[in-house]
Amino acid sequence: MAETVNAHETHGDDPSRRDFIHIAAMATGAVGVAAVAWPFIDQMNPSADTLALASIEQDIGKVAPGQQLVVKWRGKPVFVRHRTPAEIAASVKDDHADMRDPATDASRTKPGKQEWLIVIGVCTHLGCVPNFGTGDYGGWFCPCHGSVYDTAGRIRKGPAPRNLELPSYEFTGPTKVKIG
Amino acid sequence: MSGHSKYEPKTGFERWLDVRLPIVRMAYDTAIDFPTPKNLNYWWTFGGILAVCLVIQIVTGVVLAMHYVANAGLAFNSVEHIMRDVNHGWMIRYIHANGASMFFLAVYVHIARGLYYGSYKAPREILWLLGCVIYLLMMATAFMGYVLPWGQMSYYGAVVITNLFSAFDNVIPGVGTAITTWLWGGFAVDNATLNRFFSLHYLLPFMIAGVVGLHIWALHVPGNNNPVGVDVKSKEDTVPFHPYYTVKDGFAILVFLLLFSWFVFFAPEALGHADNQVMANPLATPSHIVPEWYFLPFYAILRAVPDKLFGVLGMFGAIAMLFALPWLDTSKVRSMRYRPTARWFFFLFIAATLGLGWCGGKLPDDVVIPIGRDAVTGDPTGFTVVMLSRVLAVYYFAYFIAVLPLLGLFEKTLPVPDTISTPVLPKGGAAMLSGATASPEKKG
Ligand code: FES
Repeated sequence: MAETVNAHETHGDDPSRRDFIHIAAMATGAVGVAAVAWPFIDQMNPSADTLALASIEQDIGKVAPGQQLVVKWRGKPVFVRHRTPAEIAASVKDDHADMRDPATDASRTKPGKQEWLIVIGVCTHLGCVPNFGTGDYGGWFCPCHGSVYDTAGRIRKGPAPRNLELPSYEFTGPTKVKIG
Repeated sequence: MSGHSKYEPKTGFERWLDVRLPIVRMAYDTAIDFPTPKNLNYWWTFGGILAVCLVIQIVTGVVLAMHYVANAGLAFNSVEHIMRDVNHGWMIRYIHANGASMFFLAVYVHIARGLYYGSYKAPREILWLLGCVIYLLMMATAFMGYVLPWGQMSYYGAVVITNLFSAFDNVIPGVGTAITTWLWGGFAVDNATLNRFFSLHYLLPFMIAGVVGLHIWALHVPGNNNPVGVDVKSKEDTVPFHPYYTVKDGFAILVFLLLFSWFVFFAPEALGHADNQVMANPLATPSHIVPEWYFLPFYAILRAVPDKLFGVLGMFGAIAMLFALPWLDTSKVRSMRYRPTARWFFFLFIAATLGLGWCGGKLPDDVVIPIGRDAVTGDPTGFTVVMLSRVLAVYYFAYFIAVLPLLGLFEKTLPVPDTISTPVLPKGGAAMLSGATASPEKKG
């Protein structure tokens, strides 16, 4: 008799208790799998030494008006363009033209340094390097699928969705910039 | 696999092995005794051709990996080293490089055969889906392999294709950039990218081989489809795989290898791009970048859509259509031999796909049909490549999501024969068969 009573009181057969153990075991297992998976996924992200190449210093004094210097920053080209007054004027005049990614000329440069346009030379469409001084607006023309940028690096025509990106940079001297 | 195994172990060792690991039995049932429809034509030989292609790619690839260096500074020169200095390196690399093209040529014929003869219909949906997975893996493998020589085309191919994922920035800002950074292992395609591509390029062919195993398994459950498209009804409809199809496939493989060899030995660079003889330069893009020929139709679809995100979706959607196909085609008749209307839509579909491929290789603004001249420059204007791509892309999608679903409901099909044997027999007499398909392998 006593045995029978004990059998009924054994909670091992209680379905809700068993479900709880199943769920708890599976949840713990899932957390474990995720914890192991994450390092294997995250190893693909930029490594510490790649991240460490974050900034460069560049002397831009030798870039004559109307020319551009291409420097490599984080594996990407950065265009340092010394704009002529005519190019600046043309760009400012278009400030309120119909654009896909509206921006004023002033917002694309540092105050008092309008002649220096510094942009990342990577087409915002699919990443090709646009060619200097070509295209309808005298800015850049991307050979891959025909995006046209103006002299402020704003997208004016073609498939690219956004203006050429601005890197973070600052002038450390009259003709010295630190990019990154 | 299907049906009862007729394998009889002949030697003591085979009997011993058979009760422990029946691997010889499996090979016998799969490649010797497998009952195969007797009416398979040469379009059916491309499965065997593809198996040969995979083996060629793996063997040459493993050898090339012994000499190649996956490093952004050394990769280009190591490929030159293979071409100039390694014994027979030039030949092995040309086999591998052209082998990729031959592989795609064969897979496109194989897919087109499946489309025409309705090989994707019940009960072969899983077989078809596995084939689509193989095709996807092939595209990933070929893309990453093309990056390895680290020439200009390699580099900008990698840039453009990985940047496709940046389109997700238009959905949730930042997500696309996070994905591309993760894919690259940096802020641009660089050494980290090259290394991981090499690792995956080495891995994926073996995954392909695994899925090919599943593909063959899934083939051997319902058995082959056939040009008539009706199920095998009796033993008279089939012949054993060996010797009938080992010989037929073998002959087709030899002919295919002739074409393969012609490319390798007489036109090894015909399918390549001159720009890839220039080492990758992250600071300057070649003036005209195009993918390899086997990706051109999808590239044309990408460019046909003016919006970046929708262009990318269109490109992937074009492949997704293949996956959905078994449930899009509503016709009960498998083979287009008996679908006179569908057949014409099919031929148009093939033409549209080839046309898209042609468009993908041209500049988007090239003029196809000149209508006038530009008043200022005097250049011809008119119907351009992008416009043509749009028309063809619309048909490509319409074939899957409109033509096949609707046609199945309205088309008047021709009478489908009862059995595979009926069309070739004077009056449906099964008695005639015994002579035609008696087993010569047993006569000696
Ligand atoms: S990458 Fe520049 S237009 Fe496509």
